[in-house]
Amino acid sequence: MPGFRSLTYSRMEFADQAVVEQARSGDADAFRVLVERHSRSLFRLAFRMTGNETDAEDVVQETFLRAYRQLAKFDARASFGTWLYRIAANYALDLVRSRNRRGEHRPSVDEEAGDPLLSLPSAEPAPDRLALSGEVRRRLAVAMEDLSASERTAFVLRHFEGMCIEEVSRALGCQPGAAKHSVFRAVQKLRRALEPLVDTAK
Amino acid sequence: MTHLSEEELILHYYGEAEDPAPVDRHLGECAECRAFYGSLKRVLNVVEAVPVPERGPAYGAEVWERLNPYLPVRHRFQWLAAPWRWAAAGVALSGLLIAAFLAGRSYPTQSRTPMPIAANPQVQERILKLAVGDYLERSQIVLMELANARADGALDISAEQDRAEALLGENRLYRQTAMHTGDAIMAGVLEELERVLLEIEHAPSRLAPAQLDDLQQRLRNDGILFRIRVLGSTVRNQGEHKL
Repeated sequence: MPGFRSLTYSRMEFADQAVVEQARSGDADAFRVLVERHSRSLFRLAFRMTGNETDAEDVVQETFLRAYRQLAKFDARASFGTWLYRIAANYALDLVRSRNRRGEHRPSVDEEAGDPLLSLPSAEPAPDRLALSGEVRRRLAVAMEDLSASERTAFVLRHFEGMCIEEVSRALGCQPGAAKHSVFRAVQKLRRALEPLVDTAK
Repeated sequence: MTHLSEEELILHYYGEAEDPAPVDRHLGECAECRAFYGSLKRVLNVVEAVPVPERGPAYGAEVWERLNPYLPVRHRFQWLAAPWRWAAAGVALSGLLIAAFLAGRSYPTQSRTPMPIAANPQVQERILKLAVGDYLERSQIVLMELANARADGALDISAEQDRAEALLGENRLYRQTAMHTGDAIMAGVLEELERVLLEIEHAPSRLAPAQLDDLQQRLRNDGILFRIRVLGSTVRNQGEHKL
């Protein structure tokens, strides 16, 4: 229930189904409810996919515009959230690919900050401290860009969004076996990229 | 000893191994697999801990504001097509006209040339405040009923939804007027209230006990009822005092 959720940062477990039906019949207020309900989770997904806030904002807005235009095609039996994630993931990938093709480079939020944190003594647990490090973020960004479209999407949905393999396969529109292998390959690539850094710091 | 594959360990990490017990057993016995799994966990935990910039509670509303101009016009104004909404708008406008009439009767006119009510910003402001005070009171009643509702099974809130729907039409008029007159506090509270009413309108008409509990908790935690009460009392006092 976004109105309340947006005031309290939490989720209302009202089903999307009825609201989607109202939105499909042309009720703009109902679509507004869906926008308010899903914006924050879409932003998180988009940020994970693109690595920067400007692109993530672009993905959120474009996702809702596309969803609005394609609402008639949405299968009412499916999960609206998963459908949105699929649109967002596809658009985010297009964005990242076209940026890469043009050789553009969008600095990530902390790219300019250097890497002072790794050298500082800290009582924080290793993963949190390492995650704050610019070097880890830089390597992670590079490793994420090396992932294929399906690997990247599958990993973000499985790892960050907590979707099970079955749900990931629905979001990707593929068989569960293919989704599982995309997750495997993504984790393997990330492990190879980050393991030296993480194991050195442990 | 046959070692566990990386794929098996990845599934184990995500809690999707078909049978986790043998994997746990093997990890307990095999130092090589345990070390590999430890390294895998460290990498994934670090990835997990990379923060994402947080978006505030009003983010959804901000996205909607940016998005709305790009949606086809017929949809954005579709709410006016429903007859009851015209009726609600009519009721609200009638209220404003009655208040304008009452204001005109009691407004002192001896010492200077009478000014047309519609052209007098002070009168307009007082009329708006009286009407909004009344509107907030009616909204508060609907929210209070939901906040205090008790039910053993599913609760039918269709009556409250009808009232929320009717209140929404008025809310838009008052919010736009408040924005037009530069009353940011009133516009802000009405915006919050509008979101709450929209949610109630679009909720299932029968709420399960857990859903009702969730809704009530939110109404209590958000403080929306408190803000409505404070604003209602303030605008009513201002309106009555000046009239």
